[in-house]
Amino acid sequence: MQARVSVTLKSGVLDPQGKAIEGALHSLGHAGVTSVRQGKIFDVTIEGTDRAAAEAELAKVCEALLANTVIEDYAIVIDGNGGAAA
Amino acid sequence: MKAAIVVFPGVNRDRDVARALRLASGAEPASVWHTETSLPDGTDLAVLPGGFSYGDYLRCGAIAARSPVMDAVRAHAARGGRVLAICNGFQVACEAGLLPGVLMRNADLHFVCRIQHLSVERADTPFTRAYAPGQVIAVPVAHGEGNYAADEDTIARLEGAGRVAFRYCGPEGDPAHGTSPNGSRNHIAGILSERLNVLGMMPHPENAVEALAGGEDGKGLFDSLMG
Repeated sequence: MQARVSVTLKSGVLDPQGKAIEGALHSLGHAGVTSVRQGKIFDVTIEGTDRAAAEAELAKVCEALLANTVIEDYAIVIDGNGGAAA
Repeated sequence: MKAAIVVFPGVNRDRDVARALRLASGAEPASVWHTETSLPDGTDLAVLPGGFSYGDYLRCGAIAARSPVMDAVRAHAARGGRVLAICNGFQVACEAGLLPGVLMRNADLHFVCRIQHLSVERADTPFTRAYAPGQVIAVPVAHGEGNYAADEDTIARLEGAGRVAFRYCGPEGDPAHGTSPNGSRNHIAGILSERLNVLGMMPHPENAVEALAGGEDGKGLFDSLMG
């Protein structure tokens, strides 16, 4: 199964890289862009066909390594359909 | 004092800290590879040195924090053993749960490499007793992710319990605006664990132990550990 895990900074956590990108977009004339937050995407291939089991395992993967839950949230999407978010 | 320096792939200040320990104690510290599952018998001090473990992939310190040797370091700390975590080591210690919070990207996005003044906030810990309280020392900083952040409760707990070991400041000890190299919360440069046996700090005291090479203000930390 294919899964896409997104890891993003929690709201309220300062994102200097996002701010720099936002500033660059403004200088390119995209005045309508009011906020940019930078995150990470992991495309993960996982064995088996049980979506619930895969989702549970990926949640453990996020908690164990992919996200630092002090400052980051993660979202899991399996096979292009909606998955769990935390 | 028996010291063991944990070596992860990509660290580069392990020999600097070995030299600082050797100068202070006359004894050669052990090097422990990250795949080991124990520290040498009788280890008093475990050191997580500076550098770029695993190329800073994923998040600084994240992968090193999950390496086999870190279970032994956590057990050592739980027994009350001392842990000195410098720069990338501080990031590893936070990721490993030895210290609270996280080191984020410097607020201005620049890698900062310079001599920085610090105020010694506590001089009654195993790491700082050779200093005077409030003493201002000058040591190098060299990092891109030293912006200490934690939730409000954690910051309040750290401040309330006097667990801030060092703060960035100006030459006179003032934590004035503009002296912070990274935007760190409350100008925090180093913090202690609840039992004061783990110190994490972004600056490099190990690179300020000889007058010929940039000053001796870091020496007090290593002298403290020998006491």
